[in-house]
Amino acid sequence: MSFFPYVVAVWLFVIGLYGIVTSRNFVHLVICLAVLQSSTYVLLLSIGYRVGGTAPVFAGVRVGTPAVDPVVQALMLTDIVVEATVVALLLALALQLQKHTNTLDPDKLKALEG
Amino acid sequence: MSALAPLPVVIPLSAAAILSALNKFLSRRWADALAILATIATGLICGELLLQARTQPVIHWFGGWTPRAGVALGISFVIDPMGAGAAVFTSLLVLAALVFSLHYFQTVGTLFHVLMLGFLGAMCGFTLTGDLFNLFVFFELMSASAFALCGYKVEEPESMQGALNFAITNTVGAFLVLSGIGLLYGRTGALNMAQIGRTLGGNLDGLVITAFVFIMAGFFIKAAVIPFHFWLADAHAVAPTPVCVLFSGIMVELGIYAVLRVYWTIFDGPFAAHRWEIRGLLLALGSITAVVGAVMCFGQRHIKRLLAFSTISHVGLLTIGFGLLKASALAGVALYVVGHGMVKAALFLVAGLLLHRFSSVDELELHGRARELRATSVVFFAAALGLASMPGFATFRGESAMIDAAGEIGQGWVRAIFFFSGLLTAAAVLRVWGRVFRGMGKGEGAETAGDKKIKEDRETSQPSHGIPAAMFLPAAVLVLLAIATGLTPGLKRAARTAATVMQDRAGYQARVLEHAWVPVTPAEEEHTPMGKGVVWSLATTAAALGLAFLSLSRYWPAKHALVRPVALTVRGLRSIHSGHIGDYVAFLTFGVAAFGVVLAALVHLH
Repeated sequence: MSFFPYVVAVWLFVIGLYGIVTSRNFVHLVICLAVLQSSTYVLLLSIGYRVGGTAPVFAGVRVGTPAVDPVVQALMLTDIVVEATVVALLLALALQLQKHTNTLDPDKLKALEG
Repeated sequence: MSALAPLPVVIPLSAAAILSALNKFLSRRWADALAILATIATGLICGELLLQARTQPVIHWFGGWTPRAGVALGISFVIDPMGAGAAVFTSLLVLAALVFSLHYFQTVGTLFHVLMLGFLGAMCGFTLTGDLFNLFVFFELMSASAFALCGYKVEEPESMQGALNFAITNTVGAFLVLSGIGLLYGRTGALNMAQIGRTLGGNLDGLVITAFVFIMAGFFIKAAVIPFHFWLADAHAVAPTPVCVLFSGIMVELGIYAVLRVYWTIFDGPFAAHRWEIRGLLLALGSITAVVGAVMCFGQRHIKRLLAFSTISHVGLLTIGFGLLKASALAGVALYVVGHGMVKAALFLVAGLLLHRFSSVDELELHGRARELRATSVVFFAAALGLASMPGFATFRGESAMIDAAGEIGQGWVRAIFFFSGLLTAAAVLRVWGRVFRGMGKGEGAETAGDKKIKEDRETSQPSHGIPAAMFLPAAVLVLLAIATGLTPGLKRAARTAATVMQDRAGYQARVLEHAWVPVTPAEEEHTPMGKGVVWSLATTAAALGLAFLSLSRYWPAKHALVRPVALTVRGLRSIHSGHIGDYVAFLTFGVAAFGVVLAALVHLH
């Protein structure tokens, strides 16, 4: 197993964080959060990967056939569900912000200082 | 095995589902009744589970997937006294918040109740689970409900900004936790906390350290430990008051609970030889949090924001309690969480009452306006004394347990941090009391040129001239309960027993993986002389009163040359809290990196 997927995971995490820190638009920022999130998908899937493994479907397969780990795939699916909820919620909040202030720029919001 | 075990999650979530399905048909009163009934039922069941867990932790395997030969494939609830106690306390605070909000949000149907019940179910599941990924799922469910509750007042732009800051920082935290869980799974092939702990044993390497840093930092974001705390003040300033009660009273503390649970089931083994480093790191983090939170608290005029910074300071004290890594200190943490949660909830409820009555939570604007609210004034004053850990309150018991434990291992200096935090946070609240309820000091416009005025919309529909009993009673009852738990004999001993069970990694593993009956050994009666602690605590209270009155008097040296450096420091600190999400995430990233580098360096050097 090469370390390449882990490099990708770290890269996605870092680039997502960079996007969040420098973002000038909340919609863009929420998408950066989704990019950051995809690093966990890559990480989980690469942890469960087995060289030469098949999909973890065990009907009609000889005992002892290597398969990739189904547990991390289940975790990843749960992760996607969780993420869909959070992103939807965040976009709804951003929409309300746009409606009431006419801006999506974090730099222009000054209500919560000190 | 107990049939009751899943109910603390099932009941609130079912009630939430019923309420959202019948949203169009149910009148507001029925929704209130159903939500309150579901909360009471949850609390009672958690109480029964607590009673059962006193002799032997209750373990429930969902779908009957019990472990074979020490391998756990199923998902379990492992209900020990600490977890069940946290669930009972959660139900109590949700009940107080629901009763308080009987007069709230008249126009919006039942969505508020649905979110509150979802929040309750998630928090109960979070405290009871024995599975690391399950912990993450409940963490996210809890967060999602909390984000929606925080941004409940959609028409206010501040509200959206606060909710977005809260949601984004906490979601980054959740991904850190998930990455850590993934790494641990890659190493151990397990998600059950007992099995992870057993498989890891005492092995410590770079991967375990990375997983530790990710999981700790993720939960510290929820716990608002500096430098991960920025979201908290924003979220509290904008969230509806009953929601603030839950945020400050229990949600933030559950961040500490998660850190404790994960540490004592999984990481205590690998870091057994490095307790000194872990202790140093946690004591440093806790001290910084306690001091900075207290200073920021004293500098606020927005009452909810002031209380929020006080919560940050007290979380710092809890982190110190955890960092002592002793059973007696852990018992202190539990007692302190209960005491602090009750008085802080009462303070927030009174703030909500003021908002209801006078449409403001600005200390200066409210100057002298609440003079006629005598009973409320007494509750607020008593709660402020509880915040200063006056003897008689549960906070005092928790604080003295933590300080005694620190003294036993030669870390007696933490007393100074407790003193400083108690002094400034209580003085700030007492100052609010003096100004708002007694009309002391100066009001609007006197000394705060340039400080912007605070706008906060009412949360209730009609202007009001009286105080409804449903708004006043929860606060009063919570303060009385804080005193009752401070005086009940045997509670400290029970907390010590619960703490010992939580720290007993071998016992936990045997119970979960081998179905072994490992009896709980009750902590022995202790005879610590109370004298010194009482004196210190009374001194803190007196000093807080003195500082509050001084700050209201004309002798307050606000412009004196000697206090200029202090004022500049405070201004610098305040300017860091910019309300800008980019800054917050930058600090967070820096915090995670620094935490990891320092820990790795310490472990490497040792």
